[in-house]
Amino acid sequence: MSDFRFAVNVLPKPGILDPQGRAVELSLPHLNVTSVSNVRVGRRAELTVRAGSEAEARVVVDGLARELLSNPLIETYEIEFLEGTSSAVSAEAPGQ
Amino acid sequence: MRVGVVTFPGSNSDVDALNALAVAGVEPVTLWHESPDLGAVSAVILPGGFAYGDYIRAGVIARFSPVMRGVTEFAAAGGHVLGICNGFQVLAESGLVPGALLRNRSLRFACRIVAIKPERLDSPFTRAANGAPIHIPIAHGEGCYYADEATLDELERDGQVLFCYVRDDGTPAFDPDEPANPNGSLRAIAGVCNAAGNVAGLMPHPERMSERILGTDDGMQLIRSLVESANEWEAAGRPAPEATKNAAANARGGQ
Repeated sequence: MSDFRFAVNVLPKPGILDPQGRAVELSLPHLNVTSVSNVRVGRRAELTVRAGSEAEARVVVDGLARELLSNPLIETYEIEFLEGTSSAVSAEAPGQ
Repeated sequence: MRVGVVTFPGSNSDVDALNALAVAGVEPVTLWHESPDLGAVSAVILPGGFAYGDYIRAGVIARFSPVMRGVTEFAAAGGHVLGICNGFQVLAESGLVPGALLRNRSLRFACRIVAIKPERLDSPFTRAANGAPIHIPIAHGEGCYYADEATLDELERDGQVLFCYVRDDGTPAFDPDEPANPNGSLRAIAGVCNAAGNVAGLMPHPERMSERILGTDDGMQLIRSLVESANEWEAAGRPAPEATKNAAANARGGQ
């Protein structure tokens, strides 16, 4: 078994009103920024999964992303692989 | 007759709901979130508050609590379930009623009295209403009702829109930015029910206007409706809900 670390990035679906994104846009003039538009604000969760393979871990992450971390009616998500700690690597660090 | 009120960690309107039920003349019972066993209740209220801190999205963590297994079974068996405010958010996240509650368009927590109007008086949740605008409070940050256009059309067509926010003249506040629409809800929707008609949610708080001493008892129209429906359901021997074509479409996958 190995540890695999992922990030799940959740964003409001295109076309869904994003009041937080709009609030950020409204603040831009105060920063004298005029070149920025289409701000969308979402959330990011990072998590470690213990599994036999990256593919197996990804299935778990995908289920959580769909059921808990996002609401498919209003949000989309992307899974980002961050790092995998294989058992071989762990074996190189005895006593840790 | 006993009517249950679920207490999640973070519920804060459960006591008001218990009191409103007592005013309506039934025995109110607290249902603890850790038990899927509802006991011998004839209807269930999911109350307002901030269940599990509203983390991730309001209602989503509550959706996976043990009591919701019992509530889902109770609803599938035809029992009446009313979700108020946070309770509505829990029902929407659970897929027991259609749609989602987004952050208020203003980004502000909205806490004031609003006017809503029942769209129909023949539903289990409005049968004791007199049809006039009902003045009851809202207190929420995520109450902006959303569903895609096709779903909104379907809800209106099938009579699943139970309550709309209304202007002083009693017409629906369809413009999401007008003051009578407190959160930007699409089609002025303040409350909906499932396709079978036995599960409903609304953002305003009827239980907080349950006695004259609180200003009005306008909210009792909805509490009494629920109690009448539960009585009738028990008297009829707990009939199963009518199968409808939309029932399957309303349930979110993976449950």
